[in-house]
Formats: sequence, C-alpha cells, structure tokens
Amino acid sequence: MIKVEHLTKYCGEFLAVDDLSFEIGEGQVYGFLGPNGAGKSTTMNIMTGCLSATSGKVEIGGFDIFEDPDQAKRLIGYLPEQPPLYMNETPLEYLHFVGQAKGLRGQALEDQIQNVVDKVGIRPVTHKRISALSKGYKQRVGIAQALLGDPKVIILDEPTVGLDPLQIIEIRDLIKDLGKNHTVILSSHILSEVQAICEKILIIAHGKLVAFDRAENLENTLLSDSEITLLTGAKPEQVTKILAGVEGVGDYTQTPGEEGMLTVSIKTGDRDLYGLSSRVFAAFAKSGGTLAELRVKKATLEDIFIQLTETPKAAGAGKKEAEEK
Amino acid sequence: MIAVLSHELRSYFHSFTAYVFGAFLLAVVGFGAILYNLQAAVSNFEYVLGFGTIIFVIIVPILTMRVIAEERRQKTDRLLYSLPISTTQIVLGKYLALLAVYLIPLAIISIYPLIFAQFGEVYLPTSYGSLAAIFIMGAALVAVGVFISSLTDNQGLAAGVGIAVILFNYYSVSLSEYVSSTALGSAVALAVLVLALGILIRYLTGSEMLAYAVCLGIMAVLCLISFLNPGSLEGILPAIMKKLSLFDRFNTFVNGVFDLTAIVYYVSVILLFLFLSVQSLEKRRYN
Repeated sequence: MIKVEHLTKYCGEFLAVDDLSFEIGEGQVYGFLGPNGAGKSTTMNIMTGCLSATSGKVEIGGFDIFEDPDQAKRLIGYLPEQPPLYMNETPLEYLHFVGQAKGLRGQALEDQIQNVVDKVGIRPVTHKRISALSKGYKQRVGIAQALLGDPKVIILDEPTVGLDPLQIIEIRDLIKDLGKNHTVILSSHILSEVQAICEKILIIAHGKLVAFDRAENLENTLLSDSEITLLTGAKPEQVTKILAGVEGVGDYTQTPGEEGMLTVSIKTGDRDLYGLSSRVFAAFAKSGGTLAELRVKKATLEDIFIQLTETPKAAGAGKKEAEEK
Repeated sequence: MIAVLSHELRSYFHSFTAYVFGAFLLAVVGFGAILYNLQAAVSNFEYVLGFGTIIFVIIVPILTMRVIAEERRQKTDRLLYSLPISTTQIVLGKYLALLAVYLIPLAIISIYPLIFAQFGEVYLPTSYGSLAAIFIMGAALVAVGVFISSLTDNQGLAAGVGIAVILFNYYSVSLSEYVSSTALGSAVALAVLVLALGILIRYLTGSEMLAYAVCLGIMAVLCLISFLNPGSLEGILPAIMKKLSLFDRFNTFVNGVFDLTAIVYYVSVILLFLFLSVQSLEKRRYN
C-alpha cells in the first residue's frame, strides 16, 4: 500500500529524515514510534504531500506522491499533529468543505458526512463553533476530516496527545475499529499506547528506521538484553566449569559480590528464559555449588525502545559529518 | 477550486470582512457622487471613480490580509496541502472569492450612472468604461494583496505591508518628481531595486545561486548601458516609478479614454502576483 524508498529530508542543515525505507501492507494498524524530534512528523508530512523530500520516493497505492499527487492524496486521510481546523466554523461546515475538496458532491457528500459524524461520535456538537469545542471533540473533528472520502490509508500524527485518560481510551478504540477496514498509521512517543493499539511497530530514531516488526516479535527477537543473575558461593573456576556444561548460556560476567560470594550475570537471547534458569539451577545443584540467589530479568519493549533510540545518536551525527566532507 | 471558492465566500460573509469592504467602498463612492454629481452638478461619473480610488489603499489590504496568512497561523495550510487540490487551485479559488466580494459593491455602484441618467445627460460609455477599468485595477491590487498575505503568518503585518505598498504605488507619480533624475542617482536607486529583487528571489526560491545570477546579470547590463551611453540613464527612475503606478494608468480612463494597454498591464500584474503567490505557497513545502 505504501512504499517509502530512501527518503531523506534536510531542514536547512538539520538532517530530519535519513535514508528511510519501508513498506506497509494493507489493512492493519501500524505504529510510528520514536522519541520527540525523531522525524516522525516530518516523515508523515512527506508521505501526505505536505512537505517535499530532499531525495527519495514515496508511493501510495502505486501512485508517486510527488509525481502524481492528485491520485495519491485521494487515498490518504491525514490528521496532522495540530488538528487543522477553521475555528469559526461548525464541524458540519468544516466537513462540507473538506468533503468537497476531496471531490464529493451532493447526496454522496451528505451521506459520508453523516456516516463519519456517527463514527467519531461528534453528533451532539455538529452545530457548535469549533472554537468552543473541547480538545477531545476537536481531535475527533480532525479525525472525521481524515475519514471523509473513505481513504484507504489513514495517517494520524499523535492523535491522543493532550487528551484526558477517558478520551484517550475512546480514541484508541476508534482507531482499532478503523484498522479493520483501513490501513492506519499513527505516530506516538508513548510506547504503551503503540503497544496497545498497533499490530506492527516501526521504531524511528534520528531519522532512521531502527526496527520494524510485529509487537510481540519485537519483544522476542530483540530480547538479547535478558539477563539471569545469580549469587553463588562457588569459586570462579568452578562456576566456569559448571556453566560450560549448560546448554544455551552465552556471555557471562563474574564480579565479587557480598560476603565473599560471587555475582554472575548471564546474558542470553534465549526465549525460554525460565527453562534456562532451571537448567542453570540444576547444574549448580548437581555439582554442589550453592546458590544464594537466582534472578531472571526479562527485557521489556520499553528497554528495547530506549536501547534502540538512544544508541544511534553518535552514529547518526557522525554520518552527517562524513557526508558534509 | 470550487470547494475553496465557496468555502472562502462563506467565511467572508460569516465575518465582517466582506461587509466592511463593501461599506467603505460604497461610502466613498457615494460621497464622491454627492460631491461631484449632485453638488457640483458634473455629469461625468468617471470623476467620482477617480476620486474613490484612494480608498483602495485601506480596504484592499484589509480584505486580503487574512487570505493566506490566517491559514498558516491556524495550521490549516497543512490540511490544504494534504487535500487532492493543487496550490494553483487553492490560490485561484481564494482569488476568485475575493473578486466576488469585490464585485458586489461594484454591482451596486454600477446602478448610479443609470439613476443619474434619469435626471440629465450622462455619457454612459465613459462611465461604464471606467467602472470596468476600476474593477480590473482593483483586481490587480487584490492580487498584490494575496501575494503579500502569502509571505507571512501574521495578518497585521500583511495588512501593514499591503497598505505601505499600495500607498507607495498611489503616490509614486507624485514622488517621482522629487527623486533624483540624474544618471548617477538613477543608477544608485536602480541598484537598490535590483538588490531588493535579489532578496525576494532568494526568499521565494531559496536558491542563492539564482538570486546572485539575476542580480549580477541585471547589474552588468546596467553598468554596460551607463558605460556606453551615460545619458540614457538620466530620468529613468522617475519614468519607472510612473510606469509602475497602477493608479496613474486609471486616470486615462477618468479622462474618457479606454486604454487597452492599461488593461493589458493590469492583467499582467494579476497573473504575475498570482503566480508569485502559488510559488510562495509551494515554497512552504520546501522549507
């Protein structure tokens, strides 16, 4: 549905998007995840034709957004970070304008408007001025605008920022619902939100795509940070001997711990963490090594997120300097 | 384009803008009609229009100040960019809506000569000739206003700059008598103008190369001219100022001549500034 190839965008001297490539299929909820300033909004603005790219290509449903913007934009509904609302109009007048601009006329326009009004739940406020609406309702009017014309792709830039918890839940449910019939891409810097709504996650940091997978796969494949820590009375060489016989043990470190004991940290990428820890325990028990403590620390998506988004900082800056030379 | 046009029209009539614009224009023309046609008993309606043009200095910037600046302030320009309409359609839609707002008071004014004709001899061809001319001249000023509005996200600034530019244009003929008409003075003034053009090009295209190329090119031509024929630059600045004046050309119509070159000039100004407005909008996508 969406194909982004080698997208690069300089904002003045600042490299906002750095050689970004990915492909998005049909009919799922995708999450754009990244810290503030990672290039999420810039990428979305380019994908929707609001910004030009320095280089690279974006294709929506086979139409190039730069070469064939009219066709490509018909397939997209976009809600920018700040809902683009005309404050002195009513939601109905506003939706009329957007619907007309998307090429809807007459009865089809009326039907669509009534349809989206019900879908996003703004029926009670359709005749109030937008400036008088609460933030949650404004956001919904913004989403309604994106839904008009029944676009295949709906792109929402931080749709839940600034809403109260109840509104957030409502908007999330709405987005999940939209994901049944549309391809939805939403951006967020809140991990739990993306985890809750999205089937697939793209993590972006410093303008680069650092991970793109299903939420549960991300957890599984990137769990190299999981750790088994044990406190043992055994001697270092004894520990080495014991662990050598255990299947699945990767790198480990030994440091002197409390009261002459030894702390051993085993890093592992093994998915079956508890199976491994049982084997380690059994091995120690068999060889008579005492264990005072055995702790399993499972890396969460949060750890992965922090790890992925923080490390490339130096690499990204270095690359830009290299390019300038 | 139709969507933008009808949306703009609705917003003008929802707010005071259209009414203020129309009221001022009608008031000034009505006042002129009392002064010339009733009190002085002159039968030429075109004099009234000639008298009324000064009001454009105020009302055109007020009408056009928000047209694009407000979209930017409200961030609704993002919406316009993401909709399947081109920037040309956006600018044209907005411009046509402004023209419609402008046409309504003019339609009312166009009844006046007919009313006066009931009570005496009015030469209608010159009256309607200059009415047509004032429409096109106003349309050119509106195009200038749209462009100025597209440069900023601050309505007030757009209005201020608009008033300054149109006021300068209004008085440029009178001012041209005071500026230096010597070759050196003209050369210096032209150099300043070329620099201003270069800065505008730099701002609109973001290309320093192009700005330098255009600037240096024109400068080189100027130097060449002044070197080969120093006398030719004499009096060129006042001449340019006179030529650029939109208002001065309207006086021809007031004097009873339907000047086609002036019409062509107005239309070129409209096309140029609408083109620049489109470029200015496009440029926002390349920031």
